Amino acid sequence: MGTGRLYAAVAAGGFRRYATYRAATAAGVFTNTVFGLILAYTYIALWDEKPRLGGYDQAQALTYVWISQALLAVMSTMGGGFEDELIERIRTGDIAVDLYRPADLQLWWLAGDLGRALFQLLGRGVVPLVFGALAFELALPGDPLVWLAFLVAVLLGLVVSFAIRFLVALAAFWLMDGLGAAQLAGLCGIFFSGMLLPLNVFPGALGEIARALPWSALIQRPVDVLLGEAGVLGTFVFQGAWAVALLAAGRVLQSVATRRVVVQGG
Amino acid sequence: MDDVDGDGGFIRLDRVEKVFQVRRKTGFLRSERREVRAVDSISFGVARGEMVGYIGPNGAGKSTTIKMLTGILTPSGGRLRVAGIDPSRERTRLAHRIGVVFGQRTTLWWDLPLIDSYRLMHRMYRIPDARYRANLDRCVELLDLGDLLDVPVRQLSLGQRMRGDIAAALLHDPDVLYLDEPTIGLDVISKARVREFLRDLNAERGTTVLLTTHDLQDIEQVCRRVMVIDHGRLMYDGPLAGLHEAGESERTLVVDLARELPPIEAAPARVVKVEGPRQWLAFPASESAAPLVARIAAAYPLVDLSVREPDIEAVIAKMYAERAGEYEGMVS
Repeated sequence: MGTGRLYAAVAAGGFRRYATYRAATAAGVFTNTVFGLILAYTYIALWDEKPRLGGYDQAQALTYVWISQALLAVMSTMGGGFEDELIERIRTGDIAVDLYRPADLQLWWLAGDLGRALFQLLGRGVVPLVFGALAFELALPGDPLVWLAFLVAVLLGLVVSFAIRFLVALAAFWLMDGLGAAQLAGLCGIFFSGMLLPLNVFPGALGEIARALPWSALIQRPVDVLLGEAGVLGTFVFQGAWAVALLAAGRVLQSVATRRVVVQGG
Repeated sequence: MDDVDGDGGFIRLDRVEKVFQVRRKTGFLRSERREVRAVDSISFGVARGEMVGYIGPNGAGKSTTIKMLTGILTPSGGRLRVAGIDPSRERTRLAHRIGVVFGQRTTLWWDLPLIDSYRLMHRMYRIPDARYRANLDRCVELLDLGDLLDVPVRQLSLGQRMRGDIAAALLHDPDVLYLDEPTIGLDVISKARVREFLRDLNAERGTTVLLTTHDLQDIEQVCRRVMVIDHGRLMYDGPLAGLHEAGESERTLVVDLARELPPIEAAPARVVKVEGPRQWLAFPASESAAPLVARIAAAYPLVDLSVREPDIEAVIAKMYAERAGEYEGMVS
């Protein structure tokens, strides 16, 4: 019970930390909107040429664009979440301060990242989506249950996203330059989350693999839940399985890294 | 009674060692393993309520010792207990008993107001509400944090941040406070404030304080006992005053005579400098100055005099230099 309050406080702190940077948020909203516009017109051109590409009609494709823009910052698809800070703390040795605290490293950062994500969902997600809905004809569902299922899928996707970035950040214990790993992971995120193009449009083995990788839990899967293109339960199972597996891997890596620091020195 | 550990030390180290494996590249794909003894068989005990200074040059093993005492480093050998707890095995349990301040690191939340970090400590250490409020009020008053609580940590000056960090380390009423370079980079006023606070803390709460520093004034003004470490070994452990004897230091007697005279003869003192009617005499710090002065006054036209205490930094530098000589002798 006391533990829950600690991590709730950490999450609240994560929320407020990002809320303090208003100019950055405004700039982010602007970027997402511009990026959304570019993608929207690209998609229109594509779907004019090939209607029902990837199984979506044009309204669905445009919905895909604006939802994925709304989720871009939330999911830290391209990085830029807690991991840069964690990598920096590992590099400078500040991680020592985190280690003597009576708190769990992974849960601590997860709580902070969930707080950040909630802020970015509200601060950076809503405006681009509303703009998209006003400027284009979107296929948004009317059923609140579908929205609820979508939010659950977003939460699960977020945990997967966190678990990936946690693993990447911990690599800094072994790599000289942890930020390189983070950039590589960001690149994978951009493509395999389905942020540029829905993964459904990729044919053959590439498509199969892309859809099976954990990054698809970040954007492709939640959007498909919203569009009614994927089974809700199946999506949750897919996301949940990746979340559990990657969090467990993070725990193992964390204990190896901690032992290494504890035995070897920072 | 987990505090008393057989021989009574609240903090107890028995032949504690820390050996690091350092890999050095010697060629393409080739590397050489070397062992570095950061801490080499150190033993000491600290009683409850003591304030101990831990000094030594860079790389002497000070921070390594502190890290072992907090449990974030495991000793390679020897036995280590803090409040009866083996730090590296029960790091989390120990965390509730200790407070740590690393001068060059911060535990505070960078982007958020200071108070947010304290609220987090409140939850993290599960401090009862009333105690949290009382401790916070006390720290705010004594460390003068009242106007800073709502300021984001990134906007604080170094001295303000340090006071903020010290408060953060004390909200859960730790029995032991470790401070690693708490005054580094601070201005004179901030330093004085930190030292005064530590003295009060120890006097009122009986908090055991172990502090590492480069600044000998920290030791002089805060600690009754000092330990000197170099090359991972304990070279001195005792009262600050005893360092003078250990370092065979000398005091200086400055005498002003009525006129220019040849160098005074007054063994065991010897003249080290003459400037007109003023002469400087060095004599062992262990000797009393009174008989010496009496002898000089009897034999010479004495106008004025002053005694200068040895510079403690010089004493320690001398100790290090002697040790370094020994080491080189050992190697070659």
